[in-house]
Amino acid sequence: MTSAACKRLVSILKTPTQATQLDLSEWSQLVAGARSANLAGLLAERIAAAGITVPAEATRHLEALRQLSRRQTQSVRWEVHGLQRALSQLGIPVVLLKGAAYAVSDHPVGRGRLFGDIDILVPRNALGDVELRLMVAGWTSAKASPYDQRYYRTWMHELPPMVNVRRGTVLDVHHTILPLTSRHSPDAETIIRAASALPDLPAVRIPRPEHLLIHSIVHLLHEGELHNGLRDLFDIDGLLRTGASEADFWPRVVDASRTLDVVAPVAFGLHLAAHLLDSPIPPHVLADMRNAAGGPASRLLTMLYTTAIRPENEAAESPAATLARFAIYVRAHWLRMPPHLLLRHLAHKSIVRLKKDEPAVEGRA
Amino acid sequence: MIDTTLHLAPVTVRVRAPFGAVRQHLETFYPEAMQAPGRTKRFIDFDIRIERGTGWRRWLRPQARFLLDHVEPFLPLPANQAAPLFEWGLNWCLASRPLGYLVMHAAVVARDGDALVMPGSPGAGKSTLCAALTFIDGWRLLSDELAILAPACGTLQPTPRPISLKNESIEIVSRFPGATLGPRYTDTRKGTISHAAPPSASRAAAEHQARCRWVVFPRFAAESAPCCEEIGRAEAFARIAEQSFNRDRMGETGFRALCDMLDKARCFDIVFDSTETALALVRDVTGQ
Repeated sequence: MTSAACKRLVSILKTPTQATQLDLSEWSQLVAGARSANLAGLLAERIAAAGITVPAEATRHLEALRQLSRRQTQSVRWEVHGLQRALSQLGIPVVLLKGAAYAVSDHPVGRGRLFGDIDILVPRNALGDVELRLMVAGWTSAKASPYDQRYYRTWMHELPPMVNVRRGTVLDVHHTILPLTSRHSPDAETIIRAASALPDLPAVRIPRPEHLLIHSIVHLLHEGELHNGLRDLFDIDGLLRTGASEADFWPRVVDASRTLDVVAPVAFGLHLAAHLLDSPIPPHVLADMRNAAGGPASRLLTMLYTTAIRPENEAAESPAATLARFAIYVRAHWLRMPPHLLLRHLAHKSIVRLKKDEPAVEGRA
Repeated sequence: MIDTTLHLAPVTVRVRAPFGAVRQHLETFYPEAMQAPGRTKRFIDFDIRIERGTGWRRWLRPQARFLLDHVEPFLPLPANQAAPLFEWGLNWCLASRPLGYLVMHAAVVARDGDALVMPGSPGAGKSTLCAALTFIDGWRLLSDELAILAPACGTLQPTPRPISLKNESIEIVSRFPGATLGPRYTDTRKGTISHAAPPSASRAAAEHQARCRWVVFPRFAAESAPCCEEIGRAEAFARIAEQSFNRDRMGETGFRALCDMLDKARCFDIVFDSTETALALVRDVTGQ
């Protein structure tokens, strides 16, 4: 977030009225930056809510993105109704995560957001039945190679991604929120048990506000790829602002991060949101989390994320961002699995890549 | 290295490319756009770069890569296809970047403000017929590939760019009065292709939108009897919707826009075995 263009995007997202100062080529840069950060829909919503005058050339992009976001929200809801039908007979709770949870619960964070995959969380012991039911409903495994299948099934926190044969929609079926091989081992049962039901979707659940926040943070910090880093950070900001409308939200966040064994990542994630976006987090919460995590946030790590989190169009041209992203990628893998597994995994990946002669960035989510 | 900003209705495009062939292509087919002052404060709708392939490919098997912002939506092509890659890429940008338009795969020509839309599967003879209507019968070219419908006003947006011709149609169109063709590119994934420059009158009228009055589904079939049949709007809807690039993403807005467009149009199937027959059928349908 060190470039002027990125700072401007962030500050206009926070205070949209500042956009009245922009000339046409600055609008052009703003929309391009927002698009490549996957934040253009949010920008469109915030600009529209602020009611400021926007040049027609920019309006056309912004309005089209708002329309696309509404359309995607509608599609996600429709898919979730399909999941309800496919899975209801199992009598298990199907917890929506991330985008799908925001879309279906009409969460403010979903407004203007563009959606990728649909993520669900189900009890681990029901995983086999869930996969079978989904296959009957037209979802098939997207990863064909035996290595990928084993990678997901033995080491990861989710099944290999499933693709709907008719619509091409991608579904990630999680049984916990971090890889099984990870340093932290959160018990997803607590998230599933606390999740709330929806009136017209009896099998479907929405996580508690503190769990939505914690999952979003853990996802950003363990994913290792920051293509949507800035968007994820704005998700986190929106989740904690909305969550804080419940009086006991912050104590619940602190408690839940202990119960889920993710104190360190949550402490760092909150520090990052406060540091980069000035998210309104009570100082005593930051202090409590810092103490629970055993000390202040690493300055090196803060610096790496500050450098790495920026729109894609800039990251590609900045050697510093590329380097920081590589460091974060390596660290995320380090957290994901113990060294001997990591070595095996990376060796396998590079051999496959050499054989196919493919670039390393191919196939990202 | 070329770095220029083109205003092509309905978008403004920045193009950067190290290929001489791309510069020549732009100078041939977008002369007005090229003469426009470059470095003014403008809103860039698409920031396009055509780049050379990286690594050993740069020397052994030169490639051209297409980038929109920093996204590379398709695989590189051989470097000698850099100019057609620009055209294909620009079509892709118009079809996939949300701008609020419903974008369909169809040729569009117009007289005054009345447009004739010709959706077509590849090989149906759409581009050849579009060129014939433009160069022989004097219709105004809106586009040979993309029908761009603005839902708010129900009008079709011109984007008068070179007509893309494939294989046999290159010879046919090169004999049309007033047709100027660019270089031929052999061995592309569509065979041999070439571009025909749109008439300057069509380019000059690029800001004049048109309303769909006729939808004609052309089909070339060798040695068949000419045939013209009026079809229902529901059938036309289903067939055009199939040819739409972003119907699903446009949701209800797109659905309503297409309904509105067809409410004011008559729709026909035509089958022809020669350009002359096709022109005669279109004259009957449109009364022009």
